[in-house]
Amino acid sequence: MTDNTIDQPEDRVPKRVIGTPPPTEAVLKDETVHEPAALPGVQYQDPVSARKAEKTVALLFTIAFLAGVGFIVSYVAFQVGTIDKTSTSNFALGGTLTLALLSLAAGITTWVRRIMPKYTMVQERHPMASDTETRESVKETFLAGADESGFVKHKLLRRTLLLAAAPLGLAPLVLLKDLGPLPGTKLRHTVWGEPTKTGKPRRLITEGTGQPIRAADFNSPGGILSVVPEGYEHDLNALAKATLILLKFRPEEIKSGTNLNWTHDGIVAYSKICTHVGCPAALYEQTTHHILCPCHQSTFDAADGAKVVFGPAARPLPQLPIGIDDEGFLIAKADFNVPVGPSFWERGDAEAEARQKAEKA
Amino acid sequence: MDTPPKAIAGVSTFLDDRLGAGSFLKRNLRKMFPDHWSFLLGEIALYSFIILLLTGTFLTFWFRPTMGEVMYNGSYEPLKGVMMSEAYASALNISFDVRGGLLIRQIHHWAALLFIAGMVVHMLRVFFTGAYRKPRELNWLIGIGLLSLALFEGLTGYSLPDDLLSGAGLRITQGVILSIPLIGTYIQFFLFGGEYPGEDIISRFFTLHILLIPGILLALITAHMILMWVQKHTQMPGKGRTEKNVVGAPFYPAFMAKAGAYFLFTFAVLAGLGTFAQINPIWLFGPYTPADISAGSQPDWYMGFLEGSLRLMPAWEINLFGTSGGTIPLSVLIPALLPLGIIMTGLALYPFLEQWVTGDRREHHIVDRPRNNPHRTSIGMAAITFYGVLWLLGANDEISANFHIGLYETTIFGRIAVFLGPLIAYIVTYRICIGLQRKDAEIVSHGVESGVIKRMPNGEYIEVHTPTSDDILAHMRGKKEIPVIESGADKEGVPPKGARSLLGRLRAKMSKAYGTDHIPLEEAHGEEHAAVGAGERKEVH
Repeated sequence: MTDNTIDQPEDRVPKRVIGTPPPTEAVLKDETVHEPAALPGVQYQDPVSARKAEKTVALLFTIAFLAGVGFIVSYVAFQVGTIDKTSTSNFALGGTLTLALLSLAAGITTWVRRIMPKYTMVQERHPMASDTETRESVKETFLAGADESGFVKHKLLRRTLLLAAAPLGLAPLVLLKDLGPLPGTKLRHTVWGEPTKTGKPRRLITEGTGQPIRAADFNSPGGILSVVPEGYEHDLNALAKATLILLKFRPEEIKSGTNLNWTHDGIVAYSKICTHVGCPAALYEQTTHHILCPCHQSTFDAADGAKVVFGPAARPLPQLPIGIDDEGFLIAKADFNVPVGPSFWERGDAEAEARQKAEKA
Repeated sequence: MDTPPKAIAGVSTFLDDRLGAGSFLKRNLRKMFPDHWSFLLGEIALYSFIILLLTGTFLTFWFRPTMGEVMYNGSYEPLKGVMMSEAYASALNISFDVRGGLLIRQIHHWAALLFIAGMVVHMLRVFFTGAYRKPRELNWLIGIGLLSLALFEGLTGYSLPDDLLSGAGLRITQGVILSIPLIGTYIQFFLFGGEYPGEDIISRFFTLHILLIPGILLALITAHMILMWVQKHTQMPGKGRTEKNVVGAPFYPAFMAKAGAYFLFTFAVLAGLGTFAQINPIWLFGPYTPADISAGSQPDWYMGFLEGSLRLMPAWEINLFGTSGGTIPLSVLIPALLPLGIIMTGLALYPFLEQWVTGDRREHHIVDRPRNNPHRTSIGMAAITFYGVLWLLGANDEISANFHIGLYETTIFGRIAVFLGPLIAYIVTYRICIGLQRKDAEIVSHGVESGVIKRMPNGEYIEVHTPTSDDILAHMRGKKEIPVIESGADKEGVPPKGARSLLGRLRAKMSKAYGTDHIPLEEAHGEEHAAVGAGERKEVH
């Protein structure tokens, strides 16, 4: 309850607005209030309003109880198994849990704010540092101990101990060696370059359907396919390097950056693995012939050797030499001539190397 | 209640006989905790962590961290018969075939987002109020460690379900690792057990995610709490508050109950989000394959700034040894490591740099109001802007699509804004701080406007100002001088030893800029109403 007779400072606000009634006497002024012996900084709540607050708290705790029971009932009552059932169960379980936690929290907060006293208690702080006497004594103890142990005096002991610790410290690192094989030249090759079991060239397979692609059927300009290597349709390690995008162009659309010897009848195959950090560069805009990687928006010009036109990728998507076998299906004629995917330390300027090789040949 | 109930008394005696816990409790039951809303931000992170441990343990009972291929045969119809990793299949089972599984999974994910968000805002509070100053530098460093580890914890966590989205994140991680000069390929082959993606990464990340990193987090959080307890909490400037005391509510019973309620509130909010706000619907993404991706893939919010910096970077790459190697993909290396490095290193060094610049070696237990240390506040805002631009540009495809702005234009805007933004933020913040200091100075010396208009004998109208209330005045007068190091020349014109070198002169200059108080507070004017100047300004026409 508020005390209306409190003195306002003379000058803060006008004492009374003209035309309003004077402040009345406090309604409950006469009631004797039992206040426990007060500690400094502890201001007790008014018992009457505390009793009122108790009812609110009790109500909230009861709601928490009921919601808690509701949670257990929901667990039994609502089964999962289909999308709809899972959704119902999720709402029932989550709704009751939320309600239980929320009313419990609200109850405790009301308890703290309206039943517990208001505190402005003071506690002394002490400097974190210990006093000089203590420091001095620790220092002496340390020096005495070091002396007694002989660690300082006995050089041989000290040095051999350090020597003994060194290899043991390295041991955990050595143990980690078998985490994986050494890279070797694995990042430079893909399965497109490997011979097939039958000895025939490796066919291009449509991702998803698993069917080989007949060049004559892939004939509408602007067409695009996601392609995986025959025999490795579900091998994730192989796909992480060997996945292709296959594009069909009108002959006049192809620009000088594209190696025409590696195309077949306007069909061009590029690595789908972005040269930036390796996301599949999966978006294709027919009108501009732009391939866009959705991760960091490196953009490549598919008509011009997939050279970079925007974004953080520094190199074009490598082109795969393709042709057809005697049944008319698209095949890989060789592996990529440069490593696919993101750059790495050992890679070097493989494009320049490939150009040099081509010039010599 | 005159005597404690028997059950409590008995147990207490038993424990005290064996542990001597009494003297600890005597000292600590009434430990004071100062009140301020901003002191509660760290608690959000703490409680989120507890909820993460609880929900995470539940998830491990069903999750199978292996990449062996299985045919899905669970309740989710659209994926029936699809080949997928066992990790993904078990994550689907948790979502559709375990009662409460979806709820707990979603609470876990939301809690992870809130955990890091809580840490970040708590860290900003500590930074902007200077609560990291002596003697709390160690706890600040522990906090930086916690934040860095939490980012790794998040990364290892969202890679686990092995759906198409989580795989995209993993692929980017792999590309970044490959870009590290000299040892990148080796680290990649060791981490993934060979070529990407291999068959080991999920089980390895699982161990890191549920054992190693949370173990370290738990240890560091414990140390963080113990240090806070031992050093006692900082307090805002105010009436009766000094560098030598703590004014607040005692741990027992008030703070304990409040903290309990706060934990429950945090849990309730996360449970509500887990129920009503769908997050990471892995069943829509399908199993991971390196050949596919969905457009608009976005990482969790705390990774967004790395995504943004990768997107902004121009295509720079150098080959040190030409065709024979030495490739440094700067377009990956710089954006992946530099912003994170700048932010984390900057945060870790800041307390020590500030000490060096101000020469301030005192203990600080009363925190600064951000306006009262304008350079610190401006540096902080510049850093937030830097981070914010990168974070925003991490979603530039969404921005481009939703606001019909060209995609490349957003990138180019970002490339400029990432440098210009922090500069503007610095200047604007500095001006705002000085402006707020001016306002404080005015309130301290002239009081506050009372809303009462008074007519002077000469016919002039003025607004009466009344003295500021004690507590607000004490809060404002808590402003403390920032020390400036000695750099002036002595009588013979010789500057002090430390200020002679180039670095010394720079330090002196920085110290002067950092510490000079442009708006010192004056004593209150004794007059009953507004100073004439104030009256003139408040004239009614």
